[in-house]
Amino acid sequence: MYSQGLNESNLASAETPEFLAEFQARIDADEKIEPNDPMPQAYRQTLIRQIGQHAHSEIVGMLPEANWLTRAPTLRRKTALLAKVQDEGGHGLYLYSAAETLGISREQMTEELLAGKAKYSSIFNYPTLSWADMGAIGWLVDGAAIMNQVPLCRCSYGPYARAMVRICKEESFHQRQGYELMISLCNGTTAQKDMAQDSLNRWWWPSLMMFGPSDSDSLHSDQSRLWKIKRFTNDELRQKFVDATVKQAQHLGLEIPDPQLAWNENKNDGAGGYDFGEIDWDEFWRVVKGHGPLNRERIAARTKAWEEGAWVREAALAYAEKQKSANTDPNNLAQKVS
Amino acid sequence: MSTSSVTPLWEVFIRPRNGLAHRHCGSLHAADAQMALQAARDVYTRRGEGQSIWVVPSSNIVASDPSASAAFFDPADDKIYRHPTFYDIPDDVGHM
Repeated sequence: MYSQGLNESNLASAETPEFLAEFQARIDADEKIEPNDPMPQAYRQTLIRQIGQHAHSEIVGMLPEANWLTRAPTLRRKTALLAKVQDEGGHGLYLYSAAETLGISREQMTEELLAGKAKYSSIFNYPTLSWADMGAIGWLVDGAAIMNQVPLCRCSYGPYARAMVRICKEESFHQRQGYELMISLCNGTTAQKDMAQDSLNRWWWPSLMMFGPSDSDSLHSDQSRLWKIKRFTNDELRQKFVDATVKQAQHLGLEIPDPQLAWNENKNDGAGGYDFGEIDWDEFWRVVKGHGPLNRERIAARTKAWEEGAWVREAALAYAEKQKSANTDPNNLAQKVS
Repeated sequence: MSTSSVTPLWEVFIRPRNGLAHRHCGSLHAADAQMALQAARDVYTRRGEGQSIWVVPSSNIVASDPSASAAFFDPADDKIYRHPTFYDIPDDVGHM
């Protein structure tokens, strides 16, 4: 998306109060900001950080599910899971491309991930212990991702918003296949239903954590909302997710692992909603800071893929270079023309 | 990492079906044109989104400067007589 056409002179816009006010006026008028447009340095950096994290999450998110690809119980489930994991790879690509329009390279972002400087969604640091986890991830993790991502389709930065439109269309397939998998398990033997319940028990709280810290502790929320990068707060989105998901769990006959979960008719301005228990924020921060069950394994897997793929990238470039020089050979050219 | 090891960026344009124009849908990295086409197929037409794909090296795209767009597009701004609604046609003439 035009990243190599970036007009360098715009990278460091002079940030006079007039410039900042003009920029905010464009945002307030719901104008989209496009790659070469002048923008405050902080807006650019916020987007690079957020889109980069988002892209890394898609790529690292392929790992927990890849774990079960070879052990899918039927060919139908295997092809669906394979298609889902491929989609996640594509989502990573769309997002890296969107970030690249802001003047950072994919190689640089990858290096930051591998060096532990860039974050990705904490949820992917939890292990996938049973087949039911493939259902719970599609239903809950992709469900939470959709809650987060649908408002991002209206984000003020054009390339990010456009990438999110594509992603949201595909995420819907992910959530539906996950929920359908849960339905099958819940309609199966007692052991299968227990497996589904166990999976919900393990994924419920980490899914709620996906919305990030509570609004009172969120570092980036206010400015991001002012810039219309985010449209809702973390707590608003988390509430929406709980309200939508409880009914789906009831339909499955599964129990949400929260004794404090209760309907509250006064919530959501009188429309009603669920009260729910306090998230274990110590666990949240522990995992964010790199001490979750699988943080090290995930980065090790990405590092291995990056390093073992190096010769392929180099060979492809060397081949392209060789073809290019062959094509400029006058003898070859004559052949082409005739 | 040296800059020479950076895989080039390509812009992808897709024609959803014959009769429609190719439309920009995203970008990707690939070492050469053939790999760019194959990657574009794998990433952007996984659900029957296209009948035809163009890939163009991003570095070959020349773009107008957004910060100069006011002056650049100015020549058309005051030429309202280029629009059909500039001309009054009596109602009883019917649709024209």
